[in-house]
Amino acid sequence: MQPSRVPFYRAVYELFSSMRFAISLLTVLAIASVIGTVLKQNEPYANYIIELGPFWFKVFSILGLYDVYHAGWFLAILLFLVLSTGFCIYRQAPLMLRELKSFREHATEVSLRAFSHQAVFSPIAASASVVQRLTAYLSGQGYRFKVGGDMQTLIAAKTGSYNRLGYILTHSAIVIICIGGLVDGNIPLKVQESLGYKKIETRDVPSGQVPAISRLSPANLSFRGSVSIPEGGAADVIYLNVADGYLVQDLPFQIHLKKFRIEHYATGQPKSFESDIVITDRASNKSLEGTVSVNHPIIYRGVAIYQASFGDGGSGLTMNGWNLFSPAAKPSPYKGQVSQAFGLSNGAELYTVEVVDFKAFNVQDTGEAEPAAAKKPGFWQNTSRALSSAAAVTSSNKRLHNVGPSYQYKIRDAQGQAREYHNYMQPLNIEGRRYLVSGVRDAPNETFRYLRLPVDENDGIEGYMRLRATLFDKTQYPEIARRFAAAAMPAESAGGEALRARLAESTVKVLEMFSRGGFGSLARFIEDSVPKAEQERAAETYLKVLERSVLEAYQVSRARAGQAPAQVDERTMQFVRDSLNAINDSFFYGAPVYLQLTGFDEVMSSGLQLTRSPGKNLVYAGSVLLILGVFVMFYIRERRIWLLVKAEGAGRPGEILFAMSSNRKTLDFEKEFNMHKQNLTELLNLETAVDRSTGGLMQ
Amino acid sequence: MEAIQGGYRRPSFFRGLNWFDWAYAAVLAAGSLYAYKLYGGYMDGYEKGILFLTAGSFIGLGWFWKPMRSLLPLVAALSLFGISQYHGELARAGQAFWLKYLFSSQSAIMWMSALFVMATAGYWLGLASRSDFVCRVSAGITWSAAAMGLIGLLVRWYESYLIGADVGHIPLSNLYEVFILFSIITALLYLYYEQYYRNRQLGAFVLPVISAAVAFLLWYTFDREAHHIQPLVPALQSYWMKIHVPANFVGYGAFSLAAMIGVAHLLVSKGILASRLPALEVLDDVMYKAIAIGFAFFTIATILGAMWAAEAWGGYWSWDPKETWALIVWLNYAAWLHMRLVKGLRGPILAWWAVVGLLVTVFAFLGVNMFLSGLHSYGTL
Repeated sequence: MQPSRVPFYRAVYELFSSMRFAISLLTVLAIASVIGTVLKQNEPYANYIIELGPFWFKVFSILGLYDVYHAGWFLAILLFLVLSTGFCIYRQAPLMLRELKSFREHATEVSLRAFSHQAVFSPIAASASVVQRLTAYLSGQGYRFKVGGDMQTLIAAKTGSYNRLGYILTHSAIVIICIGGLVDGNIPLKVQESLGYKKIETRDVPSGQVPAISRLSPANLSFRGSVSIPEGGAADVIYLNVADGYLVQDLPFQIHLKKFRIEHYATGQPKSFESDIVITDRASNKSLEGTVSVNHPIIYRGVAIYQASFGDGGSGLTMNGWNLFSPAAKPSPYKGQVSQAFGLSNGAELYTVEVVDFKAFNVQDTGEAEPAAAKKPGFWQNTSRALSSAAAVTSSNKRLHNVGPSYQYKIRDAQGQAREYHNYMQPLNIEGRRYLVSGVRDAPNETFRYLRLPVDENDGIEGYMRLRATLFDKTQYPEIARRFAAAAMPAESAGGEALRARLAESTVKVLEMFSRGGFGSLARFIEDSVPKAEQERAAETYLKVLERSVLEAYQVSRARAGQAPAQVDERTMQFVRDSLNAINDSFFYGAPVYLQLTGFDEVMSSGLQLTRSPGKNLVYAGSVLLILGVFVMFYIRERRIWLLVKAEGAGRPGEILFAMSSNRKTLDFEKEFNMHKQNLTELLNLETAVDRSTGGLMQ
Repeated sequence: MEAIQGGYRRPSFFRGLNWFDWAYAAVLAAGSLYAYKLYGGYMDGYEKGILFLTAGSFIGLGWFWKPMRSLLPLVAALSLFGISQYHGELARAGQAFWLKYLFSSQSAIMWMSALFVMATAGYWLGLASRSDFVCRVSAGITWSAAAMGLIGLLVRWYESYLIGADVGHIPLSNLYEVFILFSIITALLYLYYEQYYRNRQLGAFVLPVISAAVAFLLWYTFDREAHHIQPLVPALQSYWMKIHVPANFVGYGAFSLAAMIGVAHLLVSKGILASRLPALEVLDDVMYKAIAIGFAFFTIATILGAMWAAEAWGGYWSWDPKETWALIVWLNYAAWLHMRLVKGLRGPILAWWAVVGLLVTVFAFLGVNMFLSGLHSYGTL
């Protein structure tokens, strides 16, 4: 009792060419595609481990979710889609072509009577002239026809047959596009990799040291990689990112970067990125000069060269190293280069400074146009402003400014611990005052905390640094204390010498404490030695003493530098308070030295992307077919008309059976059927036709 | 006898054109030639091509859908009038009477917004009162809204050049500008179907989606000040923007329209408002037509996008989130069309599908910019 067995290959063919299967594939493909948009693709593996934890990292890694669109299973879905569409074409195309050619002039009366749209015209006298009138009508309506039949005359007519081509065009377009995509994909590479012919390089070594097993020859048909070239430098390889490493692609030519340019709009936003390059062919040694910019690649020997990114190519920097905790007021000069390191010492310990990046421009919304006290305007204020402002389409409250150069570096101590720093070269305006700022963070995923160093009347850092030096110089304390005591208790006041001496003594103590650990050590001292009830008052007093004595320290520092005493006004007091805060914050700065940027010699680098994609033309050809096919399918409507002319027979008059069909049943079709019925009734000089249609569109 | 048959002859397309059609074509051709003479020196080959192809397609559009023959010249005339009022100074937008109250881009866009909201209310009033007159007035308001929107965009284009010669660009470069485009295109598509099916009741369903876009636009203007004209980032400085973006929004507009018709379909199939709305067959038909035109244009837009990507990013397909979601939208409607055309599916399932399709489309349009990162980063909220 075996059921009739379908051979396996036949069953597979049936499955693959079925539309249900194709639709399921489309759905699976859509869902799979979502994964890659939710999970960031091609990140460094370390980031995934942090984000997912070791277990899920492993699971995701096995599923290939870090590069979903190149994962084996994803490509398998695509391949299935190609196969399914291919089988579908193989199965349907001959049918479609037959439909395209055929008039179906052998339709029988029985089959015509089964049509959903039909009518009977009667009585008529069947004659050659009637047939001629009908065919003339049909061709006037844009139909082509065939007259056949033996007993009775059957006129089979059709129009819009090319609709059927739409099917073939669109479906073969999908196959062609997918093949093009697969040609440009990395399947050959994956195969070579899994067979052990290629190995991904994960070390950070110069390209020359990458072994042959991780290199691809210039003959490689399809690649997409990038390389960063400093100004004045050259490259003859590019790097293809694969999984957690890279492969080196050797190029058939060398690219020399002459100059990289950024132009800016008046508002400071970047307007263009351009690289002047020279391409030198390895084989012929011929050179070609050109400029690559965004949206304007250069194509050389089938390799397209794009402007992709930019960065620093090793700018030379000069810096002043200010020891933040020493009594010395003079900086020590340093020289460095981006992506290089240099040594640094504060006298006690050795550090390494690794310069990470340099930027000559920093465009920021400093919001200076708005007064500091202005509140965020409400919805209605904004509304009326947007409606009435003279030039509502230009920004009124955003002030983008170039705040000047900045650079980033890491300071690594002898134990290998590093912190990252971000310093601006010029003072920034913050809350109406000017500071040189330096950001610090302990890990790359943190935001920078900024140390603000107040600038003096010359907009320089020297005033602050002299004050700082004086405050860390214990030999100056007696003089500071004396001045403070003298100012606080004028000579003629009662109590006299003894009191002044005691005040001076405690001033020295306050200064010592502050220079040991900032406000914190002062607070600890108060907590330890003052009864709880009086702590707040004591703190206030101590702060006042500190502030006034630091003012005296400032005057001392100026006198030592041969400057006139500063006028004691709100500005100077603000400077003193800012300095106190800065010194206090220095204890949390994490580095003993502040590296002030004093000069730079900018060298930029240009990130170029190079691709060779032979599949592109296939994809484009497929795209053209797809567009053509879609329009043909939707906007050429296939309609067929049959007119069966029956001569009068025994006991019944002659009649014409009119049937109509279309492969797209729309309201337009319904309308056209009714129009033809009406026209033919009139044409045949009849009152009405008998509509035998069985139903509307919903069937 | 010949005469009778002649009466039934389907007239050829060109024979069917009257003097108005030809005059319209002549005006458009002359206008584009004049523009070429004035500015041809500043255009590259592609832009010249786009200029003449645009003129050609607008001629075709006007011949195919007659009201365009009045709308486009009117919009052009009013925009030119608005531009002439500037005397080369942007500040006059807030001073000159015509600019301040009507034709500066901000005023025109505010008018568009107000008119769309009025039209929405009008269509519902018409639906509730079964008044064809009210619906006809609402259609008129919708037409005016579309016209004001187009004027707003054209004047904004000019204004961008007043800010700076290097800042000037077609106003299709950020979410604010494309929302205006979306509102206009959806409205025009609706008006076409309104005329084609001689049915004005569906406005009550289509206009709300436009009003939602307008609400977003207003929030975006007043809360985020997104209406400021910003210079183009280098990646967007390309002629491709002029064709990729509009093609995309014909797609988005048509899909939204289909979804709203889907809502109407679902209501009618449950008997709600059935006596006031068109028959299910009609709703089904509009839904199909809208998705078909949307799909065709979305296909073109995606392909144009791939070609642009090949020029700007170094590859025609990078699986960027926006690209991927465009593919998902495309696959979704491809499946929809297969079910309808091949399987002959009709009714509530397709209506539900069209509604869900809008959610997918909205995510591709907005969600990607809000929640996912990628290369299409011009439209962050």
